[in-house]
Amino acid sequence: MNGRRIHLGVARVSGPLVFVKGTENVSYGEIAEVVTSFGEVRRGRVLIIDGDTVAIQVFEGTSDFSSADTKVRFSGHSLTVKVSEEMLGRVFDGTGRPLDGAPPPISGEERDINGAAINPVSRVYPKNFIQTGISAIDGMNTLIRGQKVPIFSSSGLPHNRLAAQIVRQATIPGEESEFVIVFVAMGVKHDDAAYFEETFRESGALENVVMFLNLADDPSIERTITPRVALTVAEYLAFDRDKHVLVVMTDMTNYCEALREVATARGDVPTRKGYPGYLYSDLASLYERTGRVIGSEGSITQIPIVSMPNNDITHPVPDLTGYITEGQIVLDPKLHRQGIYPPIAVLPSLSRLMKDGIGEGFTREDHPNVANQLYGSYARVQQIRNIASIIGEEELSEVDKKYLKFGDFFEKHFLNQGDENRTIDETLDLGWKALELLPVEELSRLKKAQIEKYYKKGANDATP
Amino acid sequence: MATKDRERSDVTTRKGLITGINAINGPVVKGSGMAEANVMELVYVSDERLAGEIINIDGDIATIQVYEDTTGLGPGVPIYRTGRPLSVELGPGLIGNVLDGIARPLNLIREKQGVFIGRGVQAETIDRSKKWTFAPQVKVGDAVVPGQVLGTIPETPILEHRIVVPQGVSGKISSIVPEGEYTVTEHVAEIETENGSETVTMLKEWPVRRTHPLQKRMKPSVPLITGQRVIDALFPLAKGGAAAIPGGFGAGKTVLQHQLASWSDADVIIYIGCGERGNEMTDVLNEFPKLKDPRSGRPLMERTILIANTSNMPVTARESSIYTGVTIGEYFRDMGYHVALMADSTSRWAEAVREIAGRLEEMPVEEGFPAYLPARLAEFYERAGYGEVGPERYGSITIIGAVSPPGGDFTEPVTQNTKRFIRTFWALDKRLAFARHFPAISWIDTYSEYIDEMAKWWKEEKKVDWRSLRQRMLSVLSRENELQKIVQIIGPDALPSDQRLILHVASLIKEGFLQQNAMDDIDRYSTPEKEFRMLDLIAKYEDRAEKLVQGGLPIYRIQEMKVNIKLLTMKQEVADDKLEELDAIEQEMNQEFDELEKSLVTSDEKKG
Ligand SMILES: Nc1ncnc2c1ncn2[C@@H]1O[C@H](COP(=O)(O)OP(=O)(O)O)[C@@H](O)[C@H]1O
Ligand SMILES: [Mg+2]
Repeated sequence: MNGRRIHLGVARVSGPLVFVKGTENVSYGEIAEVVTSFGEVRRGRVLIIDGDTVAIQVFEGTSDFSSADTKVRFSGHSLTVKVSEEMLGRVFDGTGRPLDGAPPPISGEERDINGAAINPVSRVYPKNFIQTGISAIDGMNTLIRGQKVPIFSSSGLPHNRLAAQIVRQATIPGEESEFVIVFVAMGVKHDDAAYFEETFRESGALENVVMFLNLADDPSIERTITPRVALTVAEYLAFDRDKHVLVVMTDMTNYCEALREVATARGDVPTRKGYPGYLYSDLASLYERTGRVIGSEGSITQIPIVSMPNNDITHPVPDLTGYITEGQIVLDPKLHRQGIYPPIAVLPSLSRLMKDGIGEGFTREDHPNVANQLYGSYARVQQIRNIASIIGEEELSEVDKKYLKFGDFFEKHFLNQGDENRTIDETLDLGWKALELLPVEELSRLKKAQIEKYYKKGANDATP
Repeated sequence: MATKDRERSDVTTRKGLITGINAINGPVVKGSGMAEANVMELVYVSDERLAGEIINIDGDIATIQVYEDTTGLGPGVPIYRTGRPLSVELGPGLIGNVLDGIARPLNLIREKQGVFIGRGVQAETIDRSKKWTFAPQVKVGDAVVPGQVLGTIPETPILEHRIVVPQGVSGKISSIVPEGEYTVTEHVAEIETENGSETVTMLKEWPVRRTHPLQKRMKPSVPLITGQRVIDALFPLAKGGAAAIPGGFGAGKTVLQHQLASWSDADVIIYIGCGERGNEMTDVLNEFPKLKDPRSGRPLMERTILIANTSNMPVTARESSIYTGVTIGEYFRDMGYHVALMADSTSRWAEAVREIAGRLEEMPVEEGFPAYLPARLAEFYERAGYGEVGPERYGSITIIGAVSPPGGDFTEPVTQNTKRFIRTFWALDKRLAFARHFPAISWIDTYSEYIDEMAKWWKEEKKVDWRSLRQRMLSVLSRENELQKIVQIIGPDALPSDQRLILHVASLIKEGFLQQNAMDDIDRYSTPEKEFRMLDLIAKYEDRAEKLVQGGLPIYRIQEMKVNIKLLTMKQEVADDKLEELDAIEQEMNQEFDELEKSLVTSDEKKG
């Protein structure tokens, strides 16, 4: 395309979109700069071309645009970010401009922020167990290096604390390699961003962190590009520089709301709760930028934080996220009120990749069965609690009473751990301790040999 | 013939180029000067030659869905017509391949572009240079009819590729090559017909959107044996039938589809990853070469074709991936094979349809879907079927579509409309999945409309009374479901003994039979013989327990029987080739019951 073309005057402004008429040689997705009558420059992207009319999505808002004086400059290229290792230890805004007072990185290659789809035949299936030190995760929803697992939460719950704890404690047992962190804030409070920065500083990891901050009072439309800028950098660090990258993105719901704002302005057909039909594909274009690929030693692991409006897991944002990510960690307000930390609701939580990264040769041979048995037995606890709430605990059978004991132990000791950092062996042993509260006949998901090896009959009779 | 045609059409389309793009909205572009073009015509957009298809013509404006990213295109960019509909190339070399939504081999794309998929790659589905061993099955002078085998190619050790007489062609063989090595474009046979002579090569090209009908449709009457107990025993699917698997995220749709692709007794598997995860395709690619087909002992990849349009690949190619897959299925069906096609997930395909409709500004009717959603679903599922494909030869396509309802709510349009065109509905239940009861197929909401035909097959082929055993298990499960509602109010101990026995037997069926762990080497697949023996054992258990409980034996004595844990774990402890171990369990069970009976008699005597 031919250099910079300047166009004077806009035809119409609609929400975050400006429409320009009489354009020539504009290309789809190209970056445009809109200059207001006060000389302020705002960036945007071509979203629709219809003959000589073009709609531009402006990242920094369209207030005080006037139809006659506003100038539009077409750049001739799509939005790029300069990627380099120099970015580690730096803080950028939501479009990749330095926020820390230092000049932009000098070296580096310009890359299109939209990236490209990883060819499925180029992927390496992720199998390396990440020990987070958190029993509910390591034992029952194991995180794998190269996996994407969101935290489903709602306001008032300690998702930030949990994410920070994972970042602090994540290790690959038996390996030296450290994680590099890419932190992406989309519409979050200054306090929350500061909390993460503080955490990174305390753990002495700041020089291994790149931060992209679009805060609550930053332009909302900018959020639609922030994760793309950040993931482009993450891909560079992982696949070009062979680093293990952990990406924390918060809050996906803010991102989706910004996307909805653009969709509404464009007149896209709304589906559930006004979100556009392509929300699924759009989210996938972020979440699928995770994993491992042939020819590179690095990896990208994603931990997006999704706040569920009204704590409703069927809301389109958590719902579509769960359909794309490789599992989810669900936080539960009820456990939180009981003072249990982390308040992870294990039953609706899931790790889809744990099946190939645990067990013999990975963690411990009893791991898959212990996890499966804990699930089965804890699900039973929920049913029995329901019955008990109606007929009273005294009326329960002996076995059912044992289940209640198991349930209490499980929540108070297995789930609840505060800032303790447990090894996988400690986690599994604790799981057995809980299971020992149940009669052995109830443990049909464990193998005979495992019961013989680990189950201590009556071992828990004395436990509270 | 296809190569030549293509070269020719390239030349003419360059000449026939009329004008270029004048509007772009995401993957949809408009071009003017297209009055002569046809809907469904394949076009190439820009000099990068991005594949596209005309989906609407209004006056001289054609609307085109582009199968690749449109970033960087602009007004005036040329559009090249081809005069041909969007098609898929067919021939030896498909098996074991991974194709994208418009049938480009992903391995070729990787060779050309590396880890990421760039734009505008030209990659032929069928390798033109590779030589295949063709063995003729007819002689010069033989009269041939449609569907008759002209020659065979050992495509993989378990799949013989058959070149058959095309539909609508009959006549006399005027030439046929001797056994030898040929490329797919060489003439291997010539048929003298009433309308001139027809040359045959190993390479074919079929339009993807048009149904290629069976010569004669027949009623599906043979089960697709899946090795999945809840399916084979309770809710079967027939070869040539259609099934849906609806379920929220994490309910187990994909694992079930992988299980069906692995263990079903079909000849050819077509697995379409439609708008789902990249790693799930990688998983299949890693596992299938290692897993062995239980019938032939050969790697599963030797009968499998994968089609991958992952969720981050272009949404337009998601729409076409389903048609590409089913057209390949029809091709193998016409060779006389039983094809099973899995589409995970049809909801993503429906959403792709919705998105294109939205860009065309078509009127949405429900949840943004266009009014023709049911018609599109019907067209797809109706391409399933069982029937005659040639003289005395039969083939089928079985279609199994996963459905991903928003919020897990089955009242949404895709689930509801799919229900109208399928006959087996495997409803996945979130609560079962939470308890890790897998497959999470709800025995309450699930149904199969193939019961009569399947019962007949079991009776005639396996000489067993499948129907009554099935009915019996279902009735235990449905009575348990009713009783659970009462238990919620009064607790289980307040129920009379016979009802508590039902709860107990139901839990044996659920945990010991219906739950099937896809990650366990023994459990993940059960032969029909093992399934039947297991059910039979549970039925015998119930019979004897019932008598004892009626005779006054306290229920806890049954609940505490030592054989219970054996019945619960026989699925994973007893391998398919060691079924005699089930006899041992039966013996043990009978002994334990005998002892209980004795104790009952003696206590009766004491009382009397
Ligand atoms: N038959 C099964 N055996 C064991 N685990 C299963 C089975 N089916 C599902 N799962 C578990 O449930 C998880 C989610 O299943 P999946 O098929 O990916 O769900 P969906 O496709 O419906 O989102 C899997 O990762 C696996 O852990
Ligand atoms: Mg799935």
